[in-house]
Parts: sequence; structure tokens; C-alpha cells
Amino acid sequence: MSLDLILRIGTKLILPFILLFALYVQFHGDYGPGGGFQAGVITSGVVVLLTITFGLEAAQRMAPQAVVQRMIPLGVLIYAGTGVAGLLLGKNFLDYSVLGHDAVHAHELGIFLVEAGVLVTVAGTMTAIFYAFVERGR
Amino acid sequence: MKAVWPHLPALQVVIPLIGALLAGFMRRGTTAFALALVVSWLMPVIAVCMLWQVLSSGTISYHLGGWEPPWGIEYRVDALNGFVLVLVSVVGAVIMPFARRSVAFEIAAPQRAWFYCMYLLCLTGLLGIAITGDAFNAFVFLEISSLSTYVLIALGPDRRALVAAFQYLIMGTIGATFYVIGVGLLYLLTGTLNMADMAVRLAEAWPGQSPAVIAALTFVTVGVSLKLALFPLHAWLPNAYAYAPSWATAFLAATATKVAIYLLIRFLFSVFGASIDVRALPLSDILMALSVAAMFIASTVAVFERNVKRMLAYSSVAQIGYITLGIALANQAGLTGGLVHIVNHALMKAALFLAVGAVFYRACPMNLTDLAGIGRRMPLTMTAFTIAGFGLVGTPGTSGFISKWYLAIGAIERGWWPLVIAIMASSLLALLYVGRVLEVAWLRKPSPAIADASDPPLSMLLPLLVLALATIYFGIDTEWTAGMASTVAKALLGGVR
Repeated sequence: MSLDLILRIGTKLILPFILLFALYVQFHGDYGPGGGFQAGVITSGVVVLLTITFGLEAAQRMAPQAVVQRMIPLGVLIYAGTGVAGLLLGKNFLDYSVLGHDAVHAHELGIFLVEAGVLVTVAGTMTAIFYAFVERGR
Repeated sequence: MKAVWPHLPALQVVIPLIGALLAGFMRRGTTAFALALVVSWLMPVIAVCMLWQVLSSGTISYHLGGWEPPWGIEYRVDALNGFVLVLVSVVGAVIMPFARRSVAFEIAAPQRAWFYCMYLLCLTGLLGIAITGDAFNAFVFLEISSLSTYVLIALGPDRRALVAAFQYLIMGTIGATFYVIGVGLLYLLTGTLNMADMAVRLAEAWPGQSPAVIAALTFVTVGVSLKLALFPLHAWLPNAYAYAPSWATAFLAATATKVAIYLLIRFLFSVFGASIDVRALPLSDILMALSVAAMFIASTVAVFERNVKRMLAYSSVAQIGYITLGIALANQAGLTGGLVHIVNHALMKAALFLAVGAVFYRACPMNLTDLAGIGRRMPLTMTAFTIAGFGLVGTPGTSGFISKWYLAIGAIERGWWPLVIAIMASSLLALLYVGRVLEVAWLRKPSPAIADASDPPLSMLLPLLVLALATIYFGIDTEWTAGMASTVAKALLGGVR
């Protein structure tokens, strides 16, 4: 195990930056390339890297199966819930214009929530698919 | 109530979607079942309210996110899709009580909640295809319903279900790709994805038979035909129906192909019908030939099939032939026959597959020879099977007769007498394959293998009997089915050139 010392320390060092980059891609999606889908894939990349260097058990201690499986519907629920919020406030489904004090801010908030939902679902789904492949034949 | 009223089109799709997501959090099959039951029983209430609204005050248009069509996605309910929404939601609601025991029997405990999650997602997709007025949104819902259908099939108790699901995945993806290429061509031609707007722009800018319009029509027709299992694009269907869980088969046979047929009718009559005369294209003759081929070839295969579920699946391919025949006839009586057969076939095929599911629940065997004397052990179940079976044949007094009557009149009006004979001859084939099961079930001595089989509990028996009685009821009182279908057919034919 001592041989991959550099790999393990390097992984530990780089992980926070990968997550930070995922958040950058997430929030920069408003102004440039990026958004929930890409950020979700990058987030699940953290689990992939963890599994490769520390093994599946270590990775699943950090991102347990139960949590990952619940992230999948949770993200879509955040998305749909944002739509229903518009419905409850008297507008049409997915109409965000009533979520804030003026229409522009409301739309920004609406898109922010929707993209957050996409992040959660994509990160969960990608990780679940990865786990499904890794667990085969164990 | 007043506040909810204008939002019914959104709720029709959003409630099953949220239901599916909540079921995704659940781990116990029974709680997920309770949720699915509540959602399934809410759906027909919404659908009937909308159909009533359409019939009393005209088309409903709902703008998602408040964006005006044709820029935003529009949910548009008229008589045609109001009718389809009622059919899909009523079938789901009627057969839902059957699911609890059947699913608990056939599917392992950890996967039961996922089964209901996938069912609700499939319901979302099917209702979404029916309600949306946007061609690309229809593609998205087509994918939602298809992906969840693949999972439903793969959850079947037999390992062959995995192969069947994979086969359907490949075919279904090819179908969806063809559809989306067709929609892409239409978008290039018209610059819009809204179906109503597309029809107007096609008529304005591309009158007559422009090759690009014909190419788009071809792609959409082939793609959707794969989904509705038009012969010879039906190869995925028999295995998918045979190996899926019994309840899922009943649900899919009654709704999934029917919604695809709706999409074909929508494109042929509402989108393309305004700019080109579809009846003058070779498409009409091809559709006619394939429908007749389906009626004969699929029925013949069904006669020689030994697995009862596969036999009924081949029978579905044949019955879809009757519906597409009505579309190909494209006159008032023919189209009415096709539309009414969508409802009638959905109800009787759901009854037949539920009866087979009930037999599987009590006795397990699925091969014809194992069913010897099952009628004496499970009399009510097999009575329902018999009634629905006579419906398939088209015996007078059952709803199947009504559909075939209108189709025959449609054929006579077009002057195609051989078609009338074909409809009657293929009914005789149906009599053969239904008769084989009835002979084995009622006239043979019960085999020891099914010695302790008996009628299933009330929660399974009731949906079965309701559907069987509906087969008789709609054979006598045709006000709701044929009356409605004739109104829809008139509206569709009024809009075409």
C-alpha cells in the first residue's frame, strides 16, 4: 500500500477542488457553458476517483448506496416542486415569475432551483450506475 | 375547486410524476401500492372533467410556464385526446386493485416499490403523449413511457424477461429515433414544434406533395408504427408481453400501443392532413395492406402458439391491424370503427391478460395443455376470459362486434368488398385461437396439477369482472364509445383537405 502513497495523498488533495469546480460549473451555467448536468457528472467523478484509489468500501462510506438511490428521485422532486410552487402561487405549472419580488429575480431563483435538482439527480444517477458496474461479480 | 379547474391539464401529468418520485423514496411495496392506487383513481376524475369541459366549451389550451404557444409548450385537449386520456386513466384505475397481490406474488420484495414507481412514470409518459400539443414534448414523454416500460418488462418473473426488455429497448429506440428525425425535418420546414401551428404553416408554405414533407411524414409514421407494433414492425411485442409481470402486460397491452396509435392519428389527420391529402398517398394503401396482413398472419401465428400469454400478444398485433385498417379507410364509418376499437380492444385485452394473470397467481402454468379443466376450478375467472374472448372474435352482443360493424361499413363505403370478407375471415381465425383455450379450459378433465386452484380474491376478481361486463355493456349501449368515436372522427375528417 505504501507504493501508492503519492496517489492517495494526491487524491485527497484534489478532491475538494473537483467539488469546487463542480459548483463553479453549476453556478456559472447561468452565464456560460455548464449547468446542472455537467456539474452532476463532475460530482460523481469524485466517487469514481475515491473508488479507484481507496476501494469501494471507502467510497460507499462517504456516499452510501441508500443516499445515492434517494438522490435520484430527490432531484426530480426539487425540479417538479419548483413547478408546483408556481402552481400553488396561482400561476401556471413551471411559471417561476411569482417566486421572487420581481419577475427577473424570480426567474433566476426558479432556474437556480431547477438546476440544483438536475445536479442532485445526475450526480445520484451517475454514481448509482457506477456502483452497479463495480459491484458486479463481487 | 374553481382554482384547480384551469390547471387540470398540468395536474393530469404532474400528479403521476410526483407520485412516481415519492414511490421512488419508498422501500415497502404496500405503501407504494397505496400511493399508486390513490394516483390511479384521481386520474380518471381529472380526465373526465377535462373531456366534459371540451365537449361543453371547446378545446382547452394550457401554457406551461406561462409561455405563449407556439414558443412555449402547450397542452392542448380536444375531443380526440380527451377521449384517449379518459381511456388510459380509466384502464389504470380499474386494473390497479389487481396489482397488489399479483405483484407481491411475481416480484421480489425489494423491487416492488420500484415497480410501482415505474408504473406511475409510465402513466405520466402515456398521459403526457396524449395531452401535449408540442411534437418534441411528445417525444420526451414517449421516451419517459418507453424507458419505464423497459424496466416494467425486465422485472418479469422469468429470466427471459431481460432479453425481451432488451429487444424492445433496441426496437423502441429505433422507433423513437425515426420519430425525432421526422419532427426535426418538420421543424426545419416550419420553424415550429407546436402541432397546431405546424399544421397551419405546412398548409401555408408547403402545399401539395413537397418531397421534404413526404420524408417527414414517412419518418414519423415508421417511428410511431414501431411503437404501436404495426405488422411487420411488431417483433418486439410477443416476447415483451409474454415475459413481463402479468399486471404490467395487462396495463401495457391496454394503453401503451393505444397511445402510439393516437399519436399516428394526430400526425396523419391533424398535422399533415391540413396540407396534403394523406388518402391519395401510397401510404394509405401500404397501411391497408399491412393491416390486413396483421389480421391474418398474426392471428394464424396465435392459433399455433402454445403459451397463452404469447398467443394473446399475437392476437394484440392482429387487433391493432383492425385499428390501423380504420385509419387507412379514413372515412367517417371506418375511422369511427378504428377509434372505437381502441377502447373496445383495450378493455377486452386488459380483461384477458388479467384473467391469465389470475390463473398464474393460483396455478402458475402458462402453457395451454396445463390449463386443462381450469374453468371448473376457477369458474368466474374463466367466465370473464370467455366473455372477453368472444369480444375478440366479434360476436354480436359484445363490443368487438360494434368495432367490426363500423369497419365493415367503412369498407363498403369505399367500395372495397374484399375487405369485408377479410374482416369476417380473420374473425374466424380469432374464433380458432380463443376457441382452443376455451375447449381446453372448459371441456377437459381438470389435471391434478391444478387440483387446489380456485377463483382469486375479490381485489383481483372485481377488476376482471368489471372489464368483462364492460365488453358486454359497450356491445349493447354504444352511446359513450361509438357515439364519442363518431364525434371525434367527424372532427378529424372535417380538418383534412
